[in-house]
Amino acid sequence: MLNKKGKSYYFCWGFFLAFVIFLYGPTFTIVVLSFQGPEGGLTFPMNGFSFHWFHKLWEGGGYVDIGSAFRRSILLGLILMVLTVLLSVSAGMAFRKKFFGANFLFLITVSSLIVPSIILSLGIALEFRLLDETLKFLGDKYSIQWIINDFQTTLNMYSSGLGAQLTWTLPFGLLIMFAIFNRFDKSFEEASMDLGASSWQTFKFVVLPIIAPSVIGIALFGFTLSYDELARSSQVMGATNTLPLELKGLTTTVTTPVIYALGTLTTGISFLAIFIAIILFMIMRKK
Amino acid sequence: MKINKYFLLALPFYLIFIFFFIIPLILTIIVSFWDYTEYSIIPDFIFDNYKYIFNKCFKISTDLCVTFKTYLSTFYFCFMAWFFTLIIGFTVAYFLVFHVRSVGMQIVLFLICTIPFWTSNVIRMISWIPLLGRNGLFNSFLISTGVIDEPQEWFLYSHFSVILAFVHLYTLFMIVPIFNSLIRIDKSLIEAAYDSGANGFQILTNIIIPLCKPGIIIGSIFVITVVMGDFLTIGIMGGQQIASIGKIIQVEMSYLQLPSAAANAVILLIITLLLIWTMTKFIDIRKEL
Repeated sequence: MLNKKGKSYYFCWGFFLAFVIFLYGPTFTIVVLSFQGPEGGLTFPMNGFSFHWFHKLWEGGGYVDIGSAFRRSILLGLILMVLTVLLSVSAGMAFRKKFFGANFLFLITVSSLIVPSIILSLGIALEFRLLDETLKFLGDKYSIQWIINDFQTTLNMYSSGLGAQLTWTLPFGLLIMFAIFNRFDKSFEEASMDLGASSWQTFKFVVLPIIAPSVIGIALFGFTLSYDELARSSQVMGATNTLPLELKGLTTTVTTPVIYALGTLTTGISFLAIFIAIILFMIMRKK
Repeated sequence: MKINKYFLLALPFYLIFIFFFIIPLILTIIVSFWDYTEYSIIPDFIFDNYKYIFNKCFKISTDLCVTFKTYLSTFYFCFMAWFFTLIIGFTVAYFLVFHVRSVGMQIVLFLICTIPFWTSNVIRMISWIPLLGRNGLFNSFLISTGVIDEPQEWFLYSHFSVILAFVHLYTLFMIVPIFNSLIRIDKSLIEAAYDSGANGFQILTNIIIPLCKPGIIIGSIFVITVVMGDFLTIGIMGGQQIASIGKIIQVEMSYLQLPSAAANAVILLIITLLLIWTMTKFIDIRKEL
């Protein structure tokens, strides 16, 4: 059966192609529509070809400050990328040996993937709100001037927002580390230790070069998942908005192709990140 | 087991999950018993938030209460999303494992399925608007071919578009675990069945599906939990007209009715955990990673 190209073979190829069109078709449509002429609307037909809506976007489009939301999202994504790599690699190394609470940590990591995001978002919002009230209470009690005068909230993109996103990116990072070490040949490491290298030297000169291409994958997950994350951070970003939050707001208010231009741009950035990751992966593979 | 340097290596990871996962969940449970006013939340131990949720729910004479209706609608979305992602996800994974012969090609095609996962969900939802809208491509196409006479309204901002978006966004959650299960099946088993005279359908139902059950269960857990708590897809694709538990929580939060939102969250969490627990009865998850 496996060597014959029967009906099943052609059916599956057809099905797969249809699935890929289903997957990419809609995105392709808005990329095309973002080049609408100035008179064009949200749907086909195309009224000419122009960069009009990208110019509009550049000027701010009369809407919220998209430029700074963009910068914030990219910066947050990069921070998440670095943290996800550092924390996942170190935890992944730890999981190769037994340590206190390893099973429990594994359990909560997997749970974090499947707990509904809105619940976690609510929980983190509650946590920071109670923290605020505690701080204000202490400020009043001990007359701490800066708290009484200036303190507003601890809820912030780089505190609660960052933490909420970590609960989403870290499980992916750790699972990738598990996958890496399942296929890892321990003898290189043992050889290095036998030759008198310290465990740090062994990690730096033996383990890291071997796992480096896969660590690129963790970095990719860290950046893109944060850059597009919305559900978990929706309630905990505080006063500032990231790009996905702005986008969600725009879906109900914007009625021009400006939103497609923004969509094309964000998708472009995601694709750029994926492209860079694949190139880096191939370069490291060759070494 | 002792506290050693490996524990220290995992410690930062540990602390993140204690501070941003364990404590928030515990606080949610605690606050669900608190009282609140328009401006503040007040420590207490009352059951009012829960009573309010199940208000009139257990009277047989009246219509179904809002809470039960919302859960029924959410279960309906869960089932539809689960059914279609399973069928599509299984077929795609089956194709990748059994019909793509070279490993290089397998990786490329697998990546093609994965790449959209790394792009924005909101954009992927919005991108259905030019296709499904009143003046969208589908309506124009169907009118020009004479299938329908006038534009259909139910393509967009409807149950249909919500389910379509779920399938579009989350089929990958099925493909990956099913692929992972299928790739481990020993091909000689299939050859043996074939040599013994089994036809393709028998091989599928008697060998392949039972052996990839763990992948199917893991994929199902992902899809069902993500739909259970959803408020974004139902919000955007439902035109903010369809209710869901996630949306109730979100709206209550925006009115600062935090204890009430917390009570809803606790019930949602319990139901989600029950669903997962039921599904894991069928497999041992830890063996599969």
